[in-house]
Amino acid sequence: MAVAQYATKAILESAQQSNPADIEFRNVGRIFKSRNGTVEVLRDFNLTVRKGEFLAIVGPSGSGKSTVLNLLAGLDIPSTGAVSCHSKAVTGVNSEIGYLTQHDSLLPWLTVEQNIAVPLEIRNVAKPERSRRVREMIANVGLSGFEQYHPSRLSGGMRKRAMLARTLIYDPPTLLMDEPFGPLDAQLKLVLQAELLRLWNATGKTVVFVTHDIVEAITLADRVIVLSQRPSRIKLDEKISIPRPREVHDVRFAPGFEDHYRRLWGAIEFDSAGQRQ
Amino acid sequence: MTIRETLQRESSVSGKHSFDFVWLYRALFLLILLGVWQAASGPLLDPFWFSSPSAIGATLAKWTWTGVLQHHLFVTFKETITGFVFGATFGVLLAFAVGSSDILRRTIDPFITAIYGVPKVALAPLFIMWFGIGLAPKIVLAGVSVFFLVFFSTLSGIAQVDQRMVHALRTMGADRLTVQRRVVFPAALPWVFTGLKLGLPYGFVGAVAAEMMASNAGIGFLTQNAAGQLDTAGVFAALFALMIVTALLNEGLGAHERWLFRWR
Ligand SMILES: Nc1ncnc2c1ncn2[C@@H]1O[C@H](COP(=O)(O)OP(=O)(O)O)[C@@H](O)[C@H]1O
Ligand SMILES: [Mg+2]
Repeated sequence: MAVAQYATKAILESAQQSNPADIEFRNVGRIFKSRNGTVEVLRDFNLTVRKGEFLAIVGPSGSGKSTVLNLLAGLDIPSTGAVSCHSKAVTGVNSEIGYLTQHDSLLPWLTVEQNIAVPLEIRNVAKPERSRRVREMIANVGLSGFEQYHPSRLSGGMRKRAMLARTLIYDPPTLLMDEPFGPLDAQLKLVLQAELLRLWNATGKTVVFVTHDIVEAITLADRVIVLSQRPSRIKLDEKISIPRPREVHDVRFAPGFEDHYRRLWGAIEFDSAGQRQ
Repeated sequence: MTIRETLQRESSVSGKHSFDFVWLYRALFLLILLGVWQAASGPLLDPFWFSSPSAIGATLAKWTWTGVLQHHLFVTFKETITGFVFGATFGVLLAFAVGSSDILRRTIDPFITAIYGVPKVALAPLFIMWFGIGLAPKIVLAGVSVFFLVFFSTLSGIAQVDQRMVHALRTMGADRLTVQRRVVFPAALPWVFTGLKLGLPYGFVGAVAAEMMASNAGIGFLTQNAAGQLDTAGVFAALFALMIVTALLNEGLGAHERWLFRWR
């Protein structure tokens, strides 16, 4: 058992180390200047994510997790340093990623169905195929029956699921997800986590996943990084040794889970002075 | 969307039953208003200066019977609607052209604001000089009045589009045109409607003002003509007819608006 586990881990690690870097932050700094003063969010931030890797980011609220994803998506530009994605410098809006943002960005004047179809429309996918894929995706995220609803009539969790469907439907090679399952109930969270893992297994996408749920981070990721408080650096870089395939509902009983949990919790707790996120 | 409209929309959601009563209250309010006027006319107010609802009603009935009212109303209506269509079209098109570039918008914004500050009615003599005394100066004045309101409203709608939606579409790979069509246009549409609804009465004001200065037809002519004969009932009757037309048209616009934005 222990040997097998060790072997799996070794294979996993060697496989990932041999993969080329998909995402790179080199000495990135980001300072926001406003009338109320300046906020230095990132300083000398370095991060490499390999192709096909599932990376989770946890950290206190306001530590710059969303900023990291915005920089990757090209919606924000670093004050210093450089960000690259798929071996190209990110200089403008990066359309090679799928970005599930923390805030709601569904178009309120379109129905669920129309919203999810937008990326396919942009790619000029023919109508019959478009509606087939939209229908499939809606079923996958459990929104069947709500196709004709406008976002204003959906709950927060349902809107998140519609956004998830809109991000997954065009099959981007790299996924950025900012607390995507935050407002969902525990049951649905597990279902969607399992769905995400299945998709990741099948497609080998690179995933950068921001969450405030340590259990979720361990369950899903190959590697979890903990951000310190501003100006942020990587406080802990934890490789998750739990073998795959993983079952989302019993990862927490896997050997090794306890240790990961304790270390991650400790790293977050230490910095946030009683205010964990 | 004005605060009043927002409040109305909310109250009509919470109180479905009170909706029908509101019309009853409005009718009662109108009746009381007219009743007080009628009662005061004579003992308190000199009917020569202030007329009375019954005299105004009689004038309206007479004008309708002879076809005078329809004729003049139609002239004003034609001028206003033509001006409205031209002004609104140019207002929307120009707002989208200017709004497509942040630099362009910020460059010409102060100039437009300065021109906007000029009372449009003051342009009437100029337009009459340029275009004569036919329909043209009235249409132009109505059009200019509508143009500015629609242009301004649309432009501020475009400036307030939620950039996060724009970003979401850009990361999905949308080009500028798709972003305009899918995000900017639908987001600005409620503002276009606010501009149209504000602009319509101003269109009438423009047309009527130009009519009062030089014309032989239209509601402006009718009031001017009645005033010239010291016929206060006639002045009120003409204005009253105009009020009804404006209110009906606004109600029609509002119905379209509610249908168009049923997603809210
Ligand atoms: N556009 C911006 N302008 C000014 N300050 C910003 C901006 N974006 C983020 N910040 C600040 O940067 C810090 C980190 O924000 P964020 O990356 O959203 O944190 P997290 O996602 O970890 O909660 C916060 O203090 C926030 O106020
Ligand atoms: Mg965040």
